[in-house]
Amino acid sequence: MSGERGPFLFKDIDTPGLTGIDVYRKGGGYRALAEMLGRRPADECIEVVKASGLRGRGGAGFPAGLKWSFVPKASPKPRYLVCNADESEPGTFKDRELMEKNPHLLLEGVALAGYAIGAHVGYIYLRGEFDYIQVILDRAIAEARSAGLLGANVAGSGYAFDIHTHLGAGAYICGEETALLSSLEGYRGQPRLKPPFPAVEGLYACPTVVNNVETLMNVPAILINGAKWFRQWGTEKSPGTKILSVSGPVKRPGNYEIPLGIPLRQLIDDYCGGMREGFRVKAVIPGGSSVPPLPASKLDTALDYESLNAEGTFLGSGGVIVIDEQTCLVDSLWNIIRFYEHESCGKCTPCREGTYWMTEILERVEHGQGRAGDLDLLEDLADNILGKSFCALGDAAAMPVQGFLKHFRDEFQHHITHQRCRANRRRAEIEARFGERVHA
Amino acid sequence: MSAVVVPIEEAPATLSPQARREVDEVLAHYPNPRSAILPVLWILQREHGWISPARLRLAASLVELPEPEVFGIATFYTMFNLKPIGRHHLQVCMTLSCSLMGSDRLFRHLQSKLGIGHGETTADGRFTLRRVECLAACGGAPCMQVNFDYHENLDEAKCDALLEKLK
Repeated sequence: MSGERGPFLFKDIDTPGLTGIDVYRKGGGYRALAEMLGRRPADECIEVVKASGLRGRGGAGFPAGLKWSFVPKASPKPRYLVCNADESEPGTFKDRELMEKNPHLLLEGVALAGYAIGAHVGYIYLRGEFDYIQVILDRAIAEARSAGLLGANVAGSGYAFDIHTHLGAGAYICGEETALLSSLEGYRGQPRLKPPFPAVEGLYACPTVVNNVETLMNVPAILINGAKWFRQWGTEKSPGTKILSVSGPVKRPGNYEIPLGIPLRQLIDDYCGGMREGFRVKAVIPGGSSVPPLPASKLDTALDYESLNAEGTFLGSGGVIVIDEQTCLVDSLWNIIRFYEHESCGKCTPCREGTYWMTEILERVEHGQGRAGDLDLLEDLADNILGKSFCALGDAAAMPVQGFLKHFRDEFQHHITHQRCRANRRRAEIEARFGERVHA
Repeated sequence: MSAVVVPIEEAPATLSPQARREVDEVLAHYPNPRSAILPVLWILQREHGWISPARLRLAASLVELPEPEVFGIATFYTMFNLKPIGRHHLQVCMTLSCSLMGSDRLFRHLQSKLGIGHGETTADGRFTLRRVECLAACGGAPCMQVNFDYHENLDEAKCDALLEKLK
């Protein structure tokens, strides 16, 4: 991997000055916008993206073109394009880097997707902590307006499109698309019942498409180069590249753009340079903390939507969290479930109460006070949340509980039976180790 | 039955000319004023570091909503400070990736160095310390946001050096 950081989205990401419109245009930026808007039928844009097989990069993996096609053609209401930049799934930090380094690509993607569905306004909903990214994006929006690439007459096409950024204020739930829309409308960020789906009744009860940052950044090149070009990477059902955020005790944590379908082992060993000295893989969470983990014996699993599903887990948001052998998994799961308990919006009972009780049980197991039936109780609680909560947050808390118990039940049972941890070293020792480490 | 009278102790808050311009600009982004509630709260918080009851009332009038509803919205989100905080808001990520790389240790270090716990402010008003959830900086774990600035790959020595700079 010399020079270039990735085959496509990351290819030129570190180009100096890329946040400025001149450098962006020099590299072919805004060409898709100029060629498509008002010059090619919107339906054609949808068809090309459909044919490309681009799947949503936010977590659910839903085909993007198909989502766009659900917007009713005949609706007299205004339509909206909303970009979900609420990146909050633990382990995921790709959208932050993409927006920080290549803001104009996002604007171009938003404008093109907006054109495809007949919208004239796009909103980029950023998580509250991304205040500095709002500054970067607002500057890029001002540049694009000055250059006539946003506004009343985009690139001389006669088509009007403008973009506004909107800063959230600290709520994981706002990454759920209907909660995001509630928040954008000025309500508490709580999810809404589906159907109606946002494509029919979304923002202000108007047809709305919500797409993730990375998804939208794929769009300009797909429209310029065609579906076949995009399919040079990845697999039949998971075409394209995917940015994976790798964290944990690997030698080089960070964002990596991979062609979908490479083995997990290759990501850790080649891209990330392997584990830090003295550490070995115990488990890997492949798609953000809401998906079930894979044990070290499954490192040959291919990183694509279907292969991970076959192993009972998901590519999700691409947040790959590597857990080493010295780490206590009871502590790790307690940490994960505590997060979902904190972020549960409180709207529905299974999630609000279930995450609370799972946290309580994991806390006592971690502290050597676990009771004989606690693991069954955890599974019963997870079963009563999964598919029974109002939105996917409940599922996000239930799936890791089921996955950790499926693969590592022995370790949990040991905690209860012996009232202590059997991870090779205790946390204090691990921390002492990290205290000596030298960062790059 | 006697009516309950809630005294309003604070004088009504007013907007600075700069804030007024910013509010007008964000109101124009949406088809209705209600949508501007988060941007308006942010504008008010940026000016003073926190949102007093009088400024919460002001926010409600700017977006044409009842004050209790705005209170309900402001308290739903974690980032609005409805009480004064220190000049430097130390927000240490405690979620899994940071925890794997030693955030618990880092938090304990800050606690003992500053003599304050989660949600507390030093007596001189310099620092407020808080545990927060995932900041989307897991590749640079452990990490901390100071106000809006990200600081990644932290250890005790780096933390100490950073605190020195934050007056």
